[in-house]
Amino acid sequence: MRQFLAFIKKEFYHISRDRWTVIILLVMPIVMLVLFGYAITTEVRNTVVGVYDPSRDGDTRGIVDKLMASPYFKEARYLSSPDEIEDAFKGGGLGLVLVFSERFAENMARTGEAEILIVADGSDPNTARTLVSYATNIMASYAADEAASVPYRIVPQIKLLYNPQMRGAYNFVPGVMGMILILICAMMTSISIAREKEKGTMEVLLVSPMRPILILLAKVVPFFAISLVNLATILLLSVFLLKVPIAGSLFWLIVVSLEYIFLALALGLLISTVANTQAAALLISGMAFMMPIVLLSGMMFPVENMPLFLRIISGAIPARWYILAVRKIMIEGLGFPSIARELAILGGMTLLVLAAGLKNFKIRLE
Amino acid sequence: MLKYLLEKEFKQLFRNKFLPRMIILFPSIVLLILPLAANFDVKDVRVSIVDGDRSSYSRRLAGKLASSGYFRLAAASESYEKALESVEQDRADIVLEIPEGFERRLSVEGEAPLMISANTVNGVKGGLGSAYLTTVVNDFAAEARGEWLQSPGRLAAPAFQIIPLYRYNPRLEYPIYMVPALMVMLLAMLCGFLPALNIVGEKESGTIEQMNVTPVRRFPFILSKLIPYWVVGFIVLTIAFLVAFLVYGLVPKGSLLTIYLFASIFSLAFSGFGLVISNYAKSIQQAMFMMFFFVITFILMSGLYTPVASMPDWAQALSHLSPLRYLIQVMRFVYLKGSSVGDLLAPLAALCCFALFFNGWAVLSYRKKS
Repeated sequence: MRQFLAFIKKEFYHISRDRWTVIILLVMPIVMLVLFGYAITTEVRNTVVGVYDPSRDGDTRGIVDKLMASPYFKEARYLSSPDEIEDAFKGGGLGLVLVFSERFAENMARTGEAEILIVADGSDPNTARTLVSYATNIMASYAADEAASVPYRIVPQIKLLYNPQMRGAYNFVPGVMGMILILICAMMTSISIAREKEKGTMEVLLVSPMRPILILLAKVVPFFAISLVNLATILLLSVFLLKVPIAGSLFWLIVVSLEYIFLALALGLLISTVANTQAAALLISGMAFMMPIVLLSGMMFPVENMPLFLRIISGAIPARWYILAVRKIMIEGLGFPSIARELAILGGMTLLVLAAGLKNFKIRLE
Repeated sequence: MLKYLLEKEFKQLFRNKFLPRMIILFPSIVLLILPLAANFDVKDVRVSIVDGDRSSYSRRLAGKLASSGYFRLAAASESYEKALESVEQDRADIVLEIPEGFERRLSVEGEAPLMISANTVNGVKGGLGSAYLTTVVNDFAAEARGEWLQSPGRLAAPAFQIIPLYRYNPRLEYPIYMVPALMVMLLAMLCGFLPALNIVGEKESGTIEQMNVTPVRRFPFILSKLIPYWVVGFIVLTIAFLVAFLVYGLVPKGSLLTIYLFASIFSLAFSGFGLVISNYAKSIQQAMFMMFFFVITFILMSGLYTPVASMPDWAQALSHLSPLRYLIQVMRFVYLKGSSVGDLLAPLAALCCFALFFNGWAVLSYRKKS
């Protein structure tokens, strides 16, 4: 046991004396969380709207005013001819252009043939769709107000569940957790073992009286500690800075996170049994873990939009299940029964990875 | 001198069994798979309807939802609680509750409420889904009103028509938007990571000592490290164009030359950045971590996945520090809107500044003395 502790101490020195790596390991989660929490939103706000309005009557002005009163739109820039639309879009800055038909108020009252053309910059399909549907709804409510004496008004009451302010952070915090923990546990563990192999110091360690498996375990301990620190930082930051509450039980959140950390460490060990150089360890963990996590785990892109074969691959990615579980506990505030499936899957994966890692583990260096 | 150094670098690059394959395969695979995954399209929003009214109106509304193309009806639930459960179990995204007496109140009192509860953990889906749903409900109300007005003795109500029109991407397809921007990410990854590995790799294997005792000056030395990756940038871009054309049928509206011009400045700038990192890092591990950190930050700030316009002001200001932002803007403008160099002078100037800044820094921070 004393030997083991001495080894752990050695590993801690290894990390703590590499100043840059420590800084990055501890600061990266913070920066990413702040970036994701504040900067990365898909919310559409403050759009500048171009208006071409040949009528300039009470109704067209009323509609533009009503649009500007909403938080989605900021400024109406009047265009003097329809030819300017193209230039306005190319210069960027405009999200929508409204084109009113001539004699708008008159037609609106009498024939009902007044027209509004909403021209959206469709480059980004989502923003375009969102803007058009917001504008359409606001205009429809203007029309309904004007026709107040007419029956058949449906008043939709919209309730946004779990994330009423529609903050991107609610979606991203679980994703960042899934990514950081894998990055630190799997990638760092595998690289640090591969480095000993590459530098030849592994040989020295293996001829020591310490049992080989304990050498590896000692390697894992500091990263386990760092990932606990990171987990705590992420949770504290997201609750106090990003104001993402932990709606469900903290206990189960920690349980599922620990399970995920174990799985990630096991993955790191598995990689290190395969990779003999740092570059190889890096590429395997980078290509096989980081990319799929960012892309396929549902952290950024909804899994249900993917074609079937990608959804199948996504099922094999641990982060996907972890993120799902964290979302359920943290954001939706659900209890143990709803994450039982995720816990079981993560547990199964851990056993599988550990078994594979131990089977591959060799004491001899060839 | 430079000629021999370049010969060395190219030989080193092509005799590596791994790198040339990666330069060819990585862009192809990323461009084949990523656009399929990076799909924010909101369709097939699953609606669970709680129909407390069971009238002809509520059934018509349900029919209208199903035929609108955006929604899929999930299993109907008897109560709001049951419907909420299906949201929790991820079998529905939105609950539409039609209260009892909906039809009666609509036709007698002229006004009826309707409850929409959307799961907004995924803000885009929840927000857009509830906005679509509101649109469909408004349409339905207008239809009902139209029928009522057609009955004899009614005056026409004031009304207007709204016609949406999407410029540049009329069918609102996602790949046209994502693929050009993903090319930039590819360029950044290959032209950033490979040079970052280069000098630090020489440090780890000890060959940098040999370079340091030669009369090679630091400017040609850095230049010889830079040029191979600049060439790699061109290869990557060309492969990306081919994949975009062959697989997604995408051809830029503007000129390919414009893109090559901007991309060549960008890859110069980003390789310079990789070299700066590699000058400071002591081990491959450090270099990779720093690079990883910066590349992720640059990508997140660049507007690749989320529009820059929806960031808060301070983040928008910061996003100007990401070289990716400019090239992504250029790529999308040239591909979708056919902009020419004349329209894009501001990003051109910005990218040139980045190229000068990073490469100047790389030259200055390279020290032969340890």
